Amino acid sequence: MPALLGPFGIWIVCAIVLAVMPVIFSSPVSVTIMNQMGISIVFALSYNMMLGQGGMLSFGHAVYFGLGGFFSVHVMNYIEVDGWPIPLPFLPFIGGLFGLAFAIIIGSFSTRRAGTVFAMISLGVGELIAACSIIFVVFFGGEEGVSGDRTMGPPVFGTEFLKEIEVYYLTAVIVFVAAALMYLFSLTPAGRMANAVRDNPERAEFVGYSQRQVRFMSFCASGFFAGIAGGLFAINYEILTEENLNLTTSGWVLLMAYIGGIGFFIGPIVGAVLLTLLQTVLSNHTELWLLYVGLLFVLTVMYVPSGLTGLMMMHGPAMKAGRLGQLAKPYMIAGIPLLVALAGGVAVLEMLNHYNNAPVGDNVAHFFWMAVDTHNPANWAVALAVTAIGAYTTYRATPQVREAWAEANDFSEKGGDR
Amino acid sequence: MSASALSLQGIRKDFGETQIIRGVDLEIPAGERHAIIGPNGAGKSTLFHLISGKYSKTGGRIGLNGEDVTTLEPYAIARKGLSRSFQITNIFPRMTVFENVRCGLLWSMGLKYAFWKLVGRQKDLNERTSEILEMIGLTDRQAIPAGVLTYAEQRTLEIGITIAGGANVIMLDEPTAGMSASETDQTVELIRRVTEGKTLVMVEHDMGVVFDLADRISVLVYGEIIATGKPEEIRNNKAVQEAYLGEAPEEETETVGGAH
Repeated sequence: MPALLGPFGIWIVCAIVLAVMPVIFSSPVSVTIMNQMGISIVFALSYNMMLGQGGMLSFGHAVYFGLGGFFSVHVMNYIEVDGWPIPLPFLPFIGGLFGLAFAIIIGSFSTRRAGTVFAMISLGVGELIAACSIIFVVFFGGEEGVSGDRTMGPPVFGTEFLKEIEVYYLTAVIVFVAAALMYLFSLTPAGRMANAVRDNPERAEFVGYSQRQVRFMSFCASGFFAGIAGGLFAINYEILTEENLNLTTSGWVLLMAYIGGIGFFIGPIVGAVLLTLLQTVLSNHTELWLLYVGLLFVLTVMYVPSGLTGLMMMHGPAMKAGRLGQLAKPYMIAGIPLLVALAGGVAVLEMLNHYNNAPVGDNVAHFFWMAVDTHNPANWAVALAVTAIGAYTTYRATPQVREAWAEANDFSEKGGDR
Repeated sequence: MSASALSLQGIRKDFGETQIIRGVDLEIPAGERHAIIGPNGAGKSTLFHLISGKYSKTGGRIGLNGEDVTTLEPYAIARKGLSRSFQITNIFPRMTVFENVRCGLLWSMGLKYAFWKLVGRQKDLNERTSEILEMIGLTDRQAIPAGVLTYAEQRTLEIGITIAGGANVIMLDEPTAGMSASETDQTVELIRRVTEGKTLVMVEHDMGVVFDLADRISVLVYGEIIATGKPEEIRNNKAVQEAYLGEAPEEETETVGGAH
């Protein structure tokens, strides 16, 4: 379908999706979640300009996000108190400029080296700025942070951004533009050489490029877009706290990019959408949600280092050859027991958590639309048995999957059509 | 400084106490194909790294087209028109073959660090890339990641990246290492074609290739050049025969000489 619309097809489809999403998911809660997704998408994409495109592993990317956000919320307050005539839609751009300014300062020394040195400096700077945020109360507002009011600026086309849906459309437009710009950056000489330096910094030097300068440019661009994400955050939540620039947030953006797949432009988008869903929806259902996210991350690193997008893309050749059908049956045979095993595992974890943490006398855990007495050994036996049987059946089914996979991807003369 | 394409004056390199390059003087005029030969550990690759800026020099001066480049960074030397390949295949493995060659062209086509231009829109750039791919015979492999090419193809691509930028001094470090006889022949032909009108400096172990391609040869032994001259002069040089060529390679050179 996108192919029919020419080279811009996929972007047109994205724009339409962004436009109709709040019509389909119109409840205030879903609009809030989608706003959060938009912010995360820009943030994760900006992170991947460094990690996926430039080969720089950063543990302190929240610095640019957070500083962009703090400056935005301060500007928001100047708009309110001193009547600065800045319309709200420009605020993320201002956040971006501050993200860029700090990226220029920090990047000037941190991009000298890639690899471990870069990672350690990013960690140090992240820790430093997070510490500053507690010390400099005037700017960072101490523990309660800095809050503002987005509705006080000059109206834009009659809108004062009182309603969540208006904020959604503002966010959507900025997300779209920012994503398009980041994509275009990857197609410029600076963006292509970022890939080259990632692959082989030495060779890049011998074709005339300073690896440091190339990394510095990706770093600055990344800081700029992270600042935009921070500005969007300021608009959406009207408050910035120390939490927004500390190492937890830096780790979170790494998770989003990595789980989504750092080797693909859309990887971080997939990761941002998924993790925002887990963060907002799953966290309503279980207090163990962070544990599940952690497990998801570990499993991704171990089994699908190319991320969820990579997992989908792996099926490209088989799909082109029209052999996806061959995989359906083995996937079912292994997938259903896998789901059973996962459900059993989740049940065990939930029961364990409830058994340890529930107040005395409360013996009933609620999960999977069930009420389970955690003090009844029979329930434990069932949960463990379900897990074990599921895991064993999955294990037995894996050779079949492997075989089917090999067959579907065998493009030698006689292969595949058996 | 002379008008030589490449001029080395008293180049020295120490690693700690060890002297690896012990005063190399060499003038390579523009348009010459110059081979550097020598036994293992003579310091040939080190000399390459010194010339191309990968290593800093302990002493001496290097002139490139009359300009002093002794203390410049590799990228700065590359911008001045010296391009090199590596003994170990050194490409951009995750990028496509097309993009590998294009990376070699970007700077020389004036695109530098531009982040406001799309590479896809640069007609000259992409046409030139296609021409080079055609020249090195990798056109039908252009869309695949360079990391999955065969070894010989990767070596060919390496030469392609090296010559792409239009540098007038080309340095090739063992371009035919590890290749079969037929692959070697093809590569020699390729080198001959792509270095037409340019200055070539190469390190090579295959004497057939050396005597076939080189206008002049320098023999490096223990970090010093013991002889420089035309292939026949080198072949008949007593010191060289003693220090390096020995019995077996001499036979090889005889056959090559006979073929001429």
